[in-house]
Amino acid sequence: MRALTWHGKHDVRIETVDDPEILNPRDAIIKISSTAICGSDLHLYDGYIPTMQAGDILGHEFMGEVVEVGAGSTLRKGQRVVVPFTIACGNCYHCGKQQYSACDNGNPADNQDIAQTLYGHPMSGLFGYSHMTGGYAGGQAEFVRVPFSDVGPIVVPEGVEDDRVLFLSDILPTGWQAAEYAQIEPGDTVAVWGCGPVGLFSVQSAFLMGAERVIAIDHFPHRLELAKRFGAETINFEESQTYEALMEMTGGIGPDACIDAVGLEAHGFFVDNIIDQIKASTFLGTDRTHSIRQAIIACRKGGRVSMPAVYGGFVDKFPLGAFMEKGLTLRTGQTHVQRYLPALLNAIMEGKIDTTFLISHRLPLEQAPEGYRMFHDKQDEVTKVVLKPGLDRIAA
Amino acid sequence: MVEPHDDAPPTTSKRSGKRSGAGEQAAAELVEHKGDTLIGRSVTINRARDELYAVWRDFGNLPRFLDNVERVDVIDDRRSHWVVKAPGGKTVEWDAVITQEQPGEMIAWASTEGAEVPNSGRIDFRDVGGRGTVVSATIVYDPPAGFIGKVIAKMFQREPAIQARRDLRRFKQLMETGEIATAARTREMLGKEKD
Ligand SMILES: NC(=O)c1ccc[n+]([C@@H]2O[C@H](COP(=O)([O-])OP(=O)(O)OC[C@H]3O[C@@H](n4cnc5c(N)ncnc54)[C@H](O)[C@@H]3O)[C@@H](O)[C@H]2O)c1
Ligand SMILES: [Zn+2]
Ligand SMILES: [Zn+2]
Repeated sequence: MRALTWHGKHDVRIETVDDPEILNPRDAIIKISSTAICGSDLHLYDGYIPTMQAGDILGHEFMGEVVEVGAGSTLRKGQRVVVPFTIACGNCYHCGKQQYSACDNGNPADNQDIAQTLYGHPMSGLFGYSHMTGGYAGGQAEFVRVPFSDVGPIVVPEGVEDDRVLFLSDILPTGWQAAEYAQIEPGDTVAVWGCGPVGLFSVQSAFLMGAERVIAIDHFPHRLELAKRFGAETINFEESQTYEALMEMTGGIGPDACIDAVGLEAHGFFVDNIIDQIKASTFLGTDRTHSIRQAIIACRKGGRVSMPAVYGGFVDKFPLGAFMEKGLTLRTGQTHVQRYLPALLNAIMEGKIDTTFLISHRLPLEQAPEGYRMFHDKQDEVTKVVLKPGLDRIAA
Repeated sequence: MVEPHDDAPPTTSKRSGKRSGAGEQAAAELVEHKGDTLIGRSVTINRARDELYAVWRDFGNLPRFLDNVERVDVIDDRRSHWVVKAPGGKTVEWDAVITQEQPGEMIAWASTEGAEVPNSGRIDFRDVGGRGTVVSATIVYDPPAGFIGKVIAKMFQREPAIQARRDLRRFKQLMETGEIATAARTREMLGKEKD
């Protein structure tokens, strides 16, 4: 089959590799119909995530048709499914508590050591996201092997186009969980750093959960425009001073809840950011954390900070004093995707949530490297790239 | 003088995995003495104690999740013959005998006289309310010098406790999910992983 493979910083290629096979009873093989490039994939593309190996197949946002099942799978050939990016067994203590991204068994035993050493505990396996999270082949390919297929994948009703449901695999539940973790109360003002897919879905979710105002922060005009479409007020951090603007817009109180949907590649010419960037290029240094620092400083006293954004390593100058003195709450983590799927699929079917607005580009799988380049270089206009193995070549 | 003493398991002693001081006595209670390198690991498995015990007690099952054990031949109710992988496609072998057992609770074994790698161990199963069973493995062995020493280093991946932890995780995966997680994509890749 053809697949998108990682070879190093800014080096991804389409190659021919062996097709996946059923290896365990609960496996299924999915023929990919749509797969997206994620902001998290850019962290891999930029070489920020350790334990990648040349030839690794990327991709953790995908859906397709079931073409083969193991004896323990509950799926049937021909069904269309969306697959969560977190690989969870459904049997362990954490799965029992619906903490799917903390599954004890989704990550192969030998690959758990790295996270056990770095984080104290191994986390669940993830598709296409380094060997620390399992070393599983991802879905930016023609086929993918899906373990525990009786637990993760959600079957899509007939006649619903891919574009409406693909984002159930990650970014929609991630934005939703981010808003849930912000513990929004009616009348609240919620600030969201980053108007990428995760930030934009956080904006939508925050309103659905009863926020009165949402203030979205980014520096890309087009992305801010999308946030506005959902009713958010905006701050362009290149035009205005974020902390001062947030304070003035909330009558000196600060936002009740702050959501960091930026992550370890925060942009912008901030002193802390530049020091972080130099250190991060060594892996053992610090993540770039400008957005989370700012969220903590801006948040009102006793407020909530929710951090869907991904960080991988250590942090310098974390404003622990502000965090303590103001009595803030922080909730974070990889998304427990499986927990939210049925409700979010319903919301899509009932027209309460639209995800299609996000897709700016559709490309054949063969042009995936181009897709990475575009998503990386032109973030303003390229909000989301969806790859479709069946599509004809498109002139750039 | 009061001996420094706490409630932490002897296997977590700061004195480099060797039994010493307060730990020594506790370890001596754990297993028959067959060497002085002590490792111990616990894992919580979301299954009933009796079920876990039964699978472990049938030693023929062990190679499914003990990565370096190629084969265990059950000779009779108490005795078994162990074949363990070594570098260069070689193996080390020894006989082991069950020295003590309490059905559903614990099994202790030791290698018999003349084993190249004298070793002994015990596995304990303890209920934890609502979360299943804590399974604790304790192994004492005598790593010899020279070639066999290297074999042992490979067998325990240099860091013996890491190998024990991996093996217990595989046991947990098998018992909780019915299979052992792999990131391999093809049967060929899976085969290479198992070598
Ligand atoms: N928790 C999870 O399970 C999970 C799942 C998916 C993605 N993520 C993470 O969420 C984050 C966002 O993902 P995405 O796909 O939306 O990424 P993205 O790269 O498309 O979007 C990030 C946005 O943040 C903006 N930004 C950069 N610096 C900023 C700053 N200083 N202040 C405000 N905005 C700034 C960028 O301009 C960009 O629009 C990433 O870190 C990603 O890894 C987490
Ligand atoms: Zn993603
Ligand atoms: Zn689990």
